Amino acid sequence: MYDYTEFDRAFLAERNAQFRAQVARRLDGALTEEEFKPLRLMNGLYLQLHAYMLRVAIPYGTLSSRQMRKLAEIAERWDKGYGHFTTRQNIQFNWPKLRDVPDMLDALAEVGLHAIQTSGNTIRNVTADHFAGAAADEVADPRPVAELIRQWSTDHPEFQFLGRKFKIAITGAPDDRAVTAAHDIGLRIVERDGEPGFQVIVGGGLGRTPMIGQVIREFLPRADLLPYLEAILGVYNLLGRRDNKYKARIKILVHEHGIETIRDRVERQFARLRPTFSGVDQDELARIEAHFAPPAFREAPTDAYNAAYANDPLFRSWADTNLTAHRAPGYAIASVSLKAHGATPGDATAEQMRLLAELAEAYGHDELRISHEQNVILPHVHKSDLPALHAALKEAGLATANIGLISDIIACPGMDYCALATARSIPVAQEIATRFDALKLEHDVGPLKIKISGCINACGHHHVGHIGILGLDRAGVENYQITLGGDGGPDAAIGTRSGPGFSADEIVPAIERLVLAYLDLRESRGESFLDTYKRLGLAPFKSALYPEARADAA
Amino acid sequence: MPRPFTPKVLTANDLLEGEVIYLAPDGGWTRELSRAEVLTDEADAQLRLVEASGQQDRLVGAYLADVTPGPQGPEPAHFREDFRRRGPSNYPHGKQEAHPDV
Repeated sequence: MYDYTEFDRAFLAERNAQFRAQVARRLDGALTEEEFKPLRLMNGLYLQLHAYMLRVAIPYGTLSSRQMRKLAEIAERWDKGYGHFTTRQNIQFNWPKLRDVPDMLDALAEVGLHAIQTSGNTIRNVTADHFAGAAADEVADPRPVAELIRQWSTDHPEFQFLGRKFKIAITGAPDDRAVTAAHDIGLRIVERDGEPGFQVIVGGGLGRTPMIGQVIREFLPRADLLPYLEAILGVYNLLGRRDNKYKARIKILVHEHGIETIRDRVERQFARLRPTFSGVDQDELARIEAHFAPPAFREAPTDAYNAAYANDPLFRSWADTNLTAHRAPGYAIASVSLKAHGATPGDATAEQMRLLAELAEAYGHDELRISHEQNVILPHVHKSDLPALHAALKEAGLATANIGLISDIIACPGMDYCALATARSIPVAQEIATRFDALKLEHDVGPLKIKISGCINACGHHHVGHIGILGLDRAGVENYQITLGGDGGPDAAIGTRSGPGFSADEIVPAIERLVLAYLDLRESRGESFLDTYKRLGLAPFKSALYPEARADAA
Repeated sequence: MPRPFTPKVLTANDLLEGEVIYLAPDGGWTRELSRAEVLTDEADAQLRLVEASGQQDRLVGAYLADVTPGPQGPEPAHFREDFRRRGPSNYPHGKQEAHPDV
């Protein structure tokens, strides 16, 4: 875990004091809303449908127990007793009062958290693989580099007024769990001849013009990272379009100029910048790395785990779906689902946050992770502790065994909260999860990612859902479009629209028809929804979705 | 012939709490749509909007929203305004918490 230095603490205290004074000036009338809005957005404060919303960054998704407890305290003291974990590893508080926000920011600063650059046309929270530092398939822990990028990008004077927001994601594992190809810059840690470096992807993004990023540099030596990032950002800042908000992201720049042109420009800029980096950044990286030394893994027998697995079917089911292979012998990565059937995806109450903090202390080397899939992870649990962990989770309603299954749905806040939304997302997610739980089909269906967005900005990542759902306003009525075959993994792909949308009443039955069709079409239990779709294409699924069209044709 | 003017209410968010508010017939602000003033004249509605945008110390983001006048006061013409007058659908928070009768 990274601990703030005196410099970090002083910087944050100064920023928070500035914002406190800005709020005071807004309240006493010295600042108009027009003047205040950019200032509050720089500090993560939005105005939503029903209230203000404070978006707090959880850098690379890593939290300590102490930080999680502070989030619980904030939720109880200044909000309505819960927080919402988002698809960009942030937490959002939905009900703060303007007068309280400076106190909330000071409380966050006590544990080294902030809301800086969680909005605005800046480099946003750097996201990472939520299994970083723990996954068995990892080349290297991406978090030290993510922290370096966080420090470099925070208040970077050249990049405070970009043409549009800018998102960076990093993975250290070949099984890309950070959706790097759908980011403005995606970094994948690789090795070449024993030398560590990055595959650099640029120009990915979802939103109204979804695009999969393209490789701009196949291998970038590790020490070249910051000058290379600065070169990309510099080219984007200079060349990116500012005439049209919808064409201002770097994906449009790459699309319009072509990857070769952008690469040439970036390489030229990089050649100019590289000599100006003296190596201080690498000294800082070495200092940061010491903070991310792996915990002292213990060696112990796993008999308790084996016994529970053999004798307790509930534990076995949870272990089969919610555990992932750990790099240390005898350990597992435990995912805690925030998707109990019928619950709001990504929401955690203050009590749940406190329990998770307690369990991380007792069984998880004091570490927690937040995934972009809106779940909480205990990355380092010895298998002998898993039965006790599961029992404690079960008691708190946190032992839902559905990671990666149909009810583990990503959903943006949608029109229940968001001022930009065109339809609701949360109730659709709740109803799908409840329906498939009632059908008792979830485990039979197997791996299936449903992702729901309440507008074309695609915070719910619907384009990369195996089944994507997009909520729109069609002539004053909520309408839901389905996309199929999207993939957020290493072979990222944008889903294909299935056809006309469905009303709020029709969308859950439509998803049910789709999934039942898959069960009929698959070659075996081992063939996932996505694999079946790739083998057969859209046609048979379209027939299931639109039976009346099939009847008309007959 | 000019297009008929759809009745409107003037709405915004409260500066301190962010809560949805509506212009009332007495010129003050109410938190309940049913008590909002229905504006049926376009010029009058535009004038109220201009006046409201001067109330920087009270509200944020004033705009005119379509309504349908009814026996219980104005009803929202669009589902977005229906959520704004009530609160989110996943928890009984927002106005439905403060005013369970709404």
